[in-house]
Amino acid sequence: MSIAQTVIYIIAEQAMVEPSDVSPDQTLQDLGIDSLGLVECIFAIEETFDIQVPFNANDPAQSGFDISSVRAIITAVQTLVADQRLE
Amino acid sequence: MKRVVITGAGTINALGHTVPQTLAALREGRCGIGPLDIRDVDRLSIRIGAMVKDYAPEAAFTRQQLSLYDRFTQFALIAAQQAVAQAGLKFDGELAERSGVILGTAGGGMQTSEENYRAVYQEGKNRVHPFVVPKLMNSAAASHISMQYNLQGPTFTVSTACASSNHAMGQAFNMVRGGLAPVMVTGGSDSMLCFGGVKAWEGLRVMSRDACRPFSLGRTGMVQGEGAGIFVFEEYGHARARGAEILAEVAGFAMTSDASDIVMPSKQGAARAMAGALRDARIDPGQVGYINAHGTGTLANDKTECAAVAEVFGPHTDRLMISSTKSMHGHVIGGTGAVELLACLMALRDGVIAPTIGHEAPDPDCPLDVVPNLARAAQVDVVLSNAFAFGGLNAVLALKRV
Repeated sequence: MSIAQTVIYIIAEQAMVEPSDVSPDQTLQDLGIDSLGLVECIFAIEETFDIQVPFNANDPAQSGFDISSVRAIITAVQTLVADQRLE
Repeated sequence: MKRVVITGAGTINALGHTVPQTLAALREGRCGIGPLDIRDVDRLSIRIGAMVKDYAPEAAFTRQQLSLYDRFTQFALIAAQQAVAQAGLKFDGELAERSGVILGTAGGGMQTSEENYRAVYQEGKNRVHPFVVPKLMNSAAASHISMQYNLQGPTFTVSTACASSNHAMGQAFNMVRGGLAPVMVTGGSDSMLCFGGVKAWEGLRVMSRDACRPFSLGRTGMVQGEGAGIFVFEEYGHARARGAEILAEVAGFAMTSDASDIVMPSKQGAARAMAGALRDARIDPGQVGYINAHGTGTLANDKTECAAVAEVFGPHTDRLMISSTKSMHGHVIGGTGAVELLACLMALRDGVIAPTIGHEAPDPDCPLDVVPNLARAAQVDVVLSNAFAFGGLNAVLALKRV
């Protein structure tokens, strides 16, 4: 599975929908994922890709991890995976 | 002062997943103690316990819920569902704003602590699930019940070791009696049957390797159980006005501290708590027909408890019955008084006194009618429920028939 597919799978599981029902333009809010669901998504992403996600639940906007849409999350995860593999 | 009655009861414990199942087991003198089915049991020297059987969390809750509910919270929610359904109450408006939840627990989310300590210490992981804190906190079960039923009034958890649920129910009782709340959901829950939980108890050398035989000659100690008991305490007028079925009246409560030793019980502390509950209920000791004992099955507790009963009841001691149902459902620790309150309700409502099973021979240090091995039919009007915790914290409830 590609990174994009895996991220969509993780998000779909939290939203309790089929992965095919998740589109890149949607926001987590569109999918009914609340703040607790978001931290579970971040946890699942960290576990799955073995990366550290710079996410602060106190102030998500200042985290440097873009969660504004499914596409933004996929891009952010792809970047983190590439960066942290180089380290 | 308002009168306080019980209008709903719920439970899940080693004897059953409902109140009727539990009462049937208590009546039949069935034992819920068996081999522990937990991880690393081969590294324990104590390998028996009273586990909740045939329980599948995935069947009772969604995956999302289970990420937030420790086993002790699951048990509390299952028992609360039964209690609130039986009471037939729906909480909205002023009733919701004024009613609350007071629960007792000693271990809280111990299973969650155990799993995550394993992850970080044993397996060397550097990341834990984000909900570890809200899942393990001792007050989680009270919060989830409050959220589930829209109970917005006084809500908290008390932790006084093995007296936790009696202390909790005592607070709920006084809350309703004093007019602070029309209805309180109360009781207790615990689930410490995990490797670390049993290992810790093992260290004290008070655990039995074979059976829990309270008051019996040759008893070998306590056996740990798990589960929850939850009740709806309601102001009498409120219950009457809506035609609710009344299970019993909570007539009095008292709590004392031995102020002497962190593990050894004291006769004086226990006696003062029993006498205090009777005084609080304005009940003459001669009216008491049954006491649900703390009766842990340790040498020290049972001997001290019998001596305390004799001191409080004098010549009436020979006419009352006292049994320890821990011989069947095990010691449910912070939830034990709540599970045991069911035996009190059975005595008052059904005229059936639950036995002390596993009783082999009378102990001269426990010369009371401990209802050995077989349940007994008897009409009783007033009962006491004893809880005497480590650290000398005692809490006794007095109940009567309505």
